[in-house]
Amino acid sequence: MSEFVSNEAKRRIVDTVYFGGGTPSVLEGAQIKAVLDALRGEFTVSDTAEITVECNPSSDDFEDFIICCKKAGVNRISLGMQSAVDNERRKLGRRADREKIKQRVEFIKSVGINNISLDVMIGVPEQTMESLDSTLSFVLSLDVPHISAYILKIEEGTPFYKLLDKLSLADEDTVSDMYLHMCRMLENAGFVHYEISNFSKPMFESIHNTKYWEDREYLGFGPAAHSFYDKKRFYFDRDTDKFINGEKAVFDSIGGDAEEYFMLRLRLKKGVSLREMKEKFSFEPDGIFYKSIDRFVRAELCCFDGDVLTLTDKGMLLSNAIITTLI
Amino acid sequence: MLEKKENIRNFSIIAHIDHGKSTLADRLLELTESVAKRDMQQQLLDNMDIEKERGITIKARAVRLDYKAKDGQNYALNLIDTPGHVDFNYEVSRSLAACEGAVLIVDATQGVEAQTLANTYLALDHDLELVPVINKIDLPAADPERVAADVEEIIGLDCSEAAKISAKTGENVGEVLEQIVKCVPCPEGDDDAPFKALVFDSVYDNYKGVIVYVRVLDGTLKPGETMKMMATGAQFTVVEVGHMRAMTLESTNELKAGEVGYITASIKTVVEARVGDTVTKLENEALEPLPGYKKVNPMVFCGLYPADGADYEALKEALEKLQLNDASLSFEPETSGALGFGFRCGFLGLLHLEIIQERLEREYDLDLVSTVPSVIYKVHLSDGTVVDIDNPTNYPDPAVIDFVEEPMTEAHIYSPPDYVGAIMDLCQDRRGIFKNMDYISADRVDIHYILPLNEIIYDFFDVLKSRTRGYASFDYELTEYQRSSLVKLDVLLNGDLIDALSYIIHSEKAYTRARKIAEKLKEHIPRQMFEIPVQIAIGGKVIARETIKAMRKDVLAKCYGGDITRKKKLLEKQKEGKKRMRQFGTVEVPQEAFMAILKLDGQD
Repeated sequence: MSEFVSNEAKRRIVDTVYFGGGTPSVLEGAQIKAVLDALRGEFTVSDTAEITVECNPSSDDFEDFIICCKKAGVNRISLGMQSAVDNERRKLGRRADREKIKQRVEFIKSVGINNISLDVMIGVPEQTMESLDSTLSFVLSLDVPHISAYILKIEEGTPFYKLLDKLSLADEDTVSDMYLHMCRMLENAGFVHYEISNFSKPMFESIHNTKYWEDREYLGFGPAAHSFYDKKRFYFDRDTDKFINGEKAVFDSIGGDAEEYFMLRLRLKKGVSLREMKEKFSFEPDGIFYKSIDRFVRAELCCFDGDVLTLTDKGMLLSNAIITTLI
Repeated sequence: MLEKKENIRNFSIIAHIDHGKSTLADRLLELTESVAKRDMQQQLLDNMDIEKERGITIKARAVRLDYKAKDGQNYALNLIDTPGHVDFNYEVSRSLAACEGAVLIVDATQGVEAQTLANTYLALDHDLELVPVINKIDLPAADPERVAADVEEIIGLDCSEAAKISAKTGENVGEVLEQIVKCVPCPEGDDDAPFKALVFDSVYDNYKGVIVYVRVLDGTLKPGETMKMMATGAQFTVVEVGHMRAMTLESTNELKAGEVGYITASIKTVVEARVGDTVTKLENEALEPLPGYKKVNPMVFCGLYPADGADYEALKEALEKLQLNDASLSFEPETSGALGFGFRCGFLGLLHLEIIQERLEREYDLDLVSTVPSVIYKVHLSDGTVVDIDNPTNYPDPAVIDFVEEPMTEAHIYSPPDYVGAIMDLCQDRRGIFKNMDYISADRVDIHYILPLNEIIYDFFDVLKSRTRGYASFDYELTEYQRSSLVKLDVLLNGDLIDALSYIIHSEKAYTRARKIAEKLKEHIPRQMFEIPVQIAIGGKVIARETIKAMRKDVLAKCYGGDITRKKKLLEKQKEGKKRMRQFGTVEVPQEAFMAILKLDGQD
């Protein structure tokens, strides 16, 4: 990707590394180390960098893999649990059962990695308010500092999409209630709802993912990996062989404009500052903008102090509609 | 002195839709070498795209064919094409009045259909000699003998000599030309009598102004002479006269009695040279105009609005251009609280409406929103005055209405007997009054109903077709106004009246319809950020209501590993979608919601 990235990039301090997208644990533990060594050779990776690996709790050589990761310098593990209800997990194609997940979490802690994130999904087939409650209680009992909670969206072209009619899916209202219930439950347990789909104990926010939402730069390596550098967004083709054979990165779009900034920043609990928008992009909101905000505030979807606009939990559920109304 | 114009034949071709009229016309042009083979494009006489797609002729066209018959003589055959739809009945009748004969085409697989009969009666009304032709004999299902027997039985026309042809392959088409020469009487006329010509069509041309298509009855006309339109009184200096050829206009020194030709005279709009009017000369003026002129009035009305308000001027210009060529299209500006600035347009019928709408969208690239079509209601107020209402928005307060009249039609539906039940159900449902039913042949029934025009203007024909698997055909004629119990339904979204959705309906149907409108709106208006009450009211009284709940969830949960572009695109798409919706106060209504209400009848 030398056509997009100058040599200057190598002198920048890398403060986060993230192995994710798909299932990085298909790599051998040793390969994680090899990749990190290569990165350290090319870039200046900070000693205190947040280094995350996404893991599938079902994989057989899980413990060896974690040990290798720890040795290579990995200090954060994101575990794709999705649900703690076994039949829901099976529908999602996950093998490990509840007991196994508990063991996995305890093992990660035992090697000295405490910064653990669990993935939870809302709106999965068969899920009910009660079963979500059970998943969340289980997650809280594991005492991890970070939880990502995604609402299932079934997209065209996926195997789920073909089964749409046969799946027992909760309707929009129920899924919304589930989300709000989860927000309450996690906030009561001391978690901060710092992004639409992310909750953490104070100081345990994902530093890496926060870069996306703050519209900061990152480089992605590997098939289908996306980068943002020097206002340009680009990515590698999803074909693994092409990547290995040195196929060039593809230009995607120019990034970093006001709309993008607004759309990403509003995902965060800290929201978007209009003053900052003004300074950075000379963004000048008009009367309709303020009128819409007023309506949203009255409907308890937004909070606005005259400068900073934030979404309430209810508002986060409607973030697309709010963003497209405002900009 | 009345003399016979032995070598002229003036004729039309009449047929039911799809029975092959245009294809036969093409073959006749080819056979008489009126068109070079290389210029031959299918269905030459139909110029407009829409005509080609729908396989119907919208406006009449005429062409002069030179033909050397088997008797060794040269003939000028004037083919006057006629529109094939009930909406254009008046134009058809004027075209027929310009002829002495008509070729009647019947499909060898389908036999006599509604318009076959309707057009036959129309031709007989004008004392035309009919030349039967059985077409499509190349099709495997063709049964020319049976169809010929049908025609003899139903129409009473001798078919022993009928040409059995395939216009598609060209088989036996030459026989049709011979029969025209043999059977169609030649025109008669007096070249020395005062000039008298019937306008059977007029077309606007950018360079010449209006080209008036005429059939000369008596007298002669030359360039430089002053012509006068007898109905409108308008006078013009003749610039050019001549004959219509397939590809061009061929100017001549004069037009004579018996001939079919064209006149140009710097006429600016077709309104000044209306179909059916009589052309005469200022000097030596004819005493009486030809019979049968009437100004055709629009029967069906709807509001047309640009989807994007900025296109208002463009829509206006487009309508003006279309009107240059279409004297029966009317429009005037109107304003709707819901749709902004647009036009109230009047049409001869639904097909005419659809054609205009399609031409505006295709040829002028306009995105339109249309309101529910309406007929003209005669509203008698309690103070004795009568107002014509063609727009539900202007419907008076029920408190001041004494009674209302609506236009009625006599409708004939022709169908195989199997579908009689389905057809009667449909007509009954549309407030039809059954008159009678005739078996016109063993497998053809004529069902005669009195139907209110407002029940058939929108989708009657579509529903009829779908309930009879396409076998039924339909024809109607306006009769009279009849007293009726009508009410206006108003639609309120979030308390705001959406004037474009108001609907005039028979009171007995009001409650059911109101409930359905409310349900449809609930179904088609997506949930929005706030709850929306949907109310249907008569006067101030709400008779049906629904609530569109507030939207709860519209969120992209995950960022897909930093693929921000994809996220941006999704939001862009969502924004585009919003633009396509109509904003009513705080409520966004997609075009589908309008369509769903228009199509309401088809779904029950």
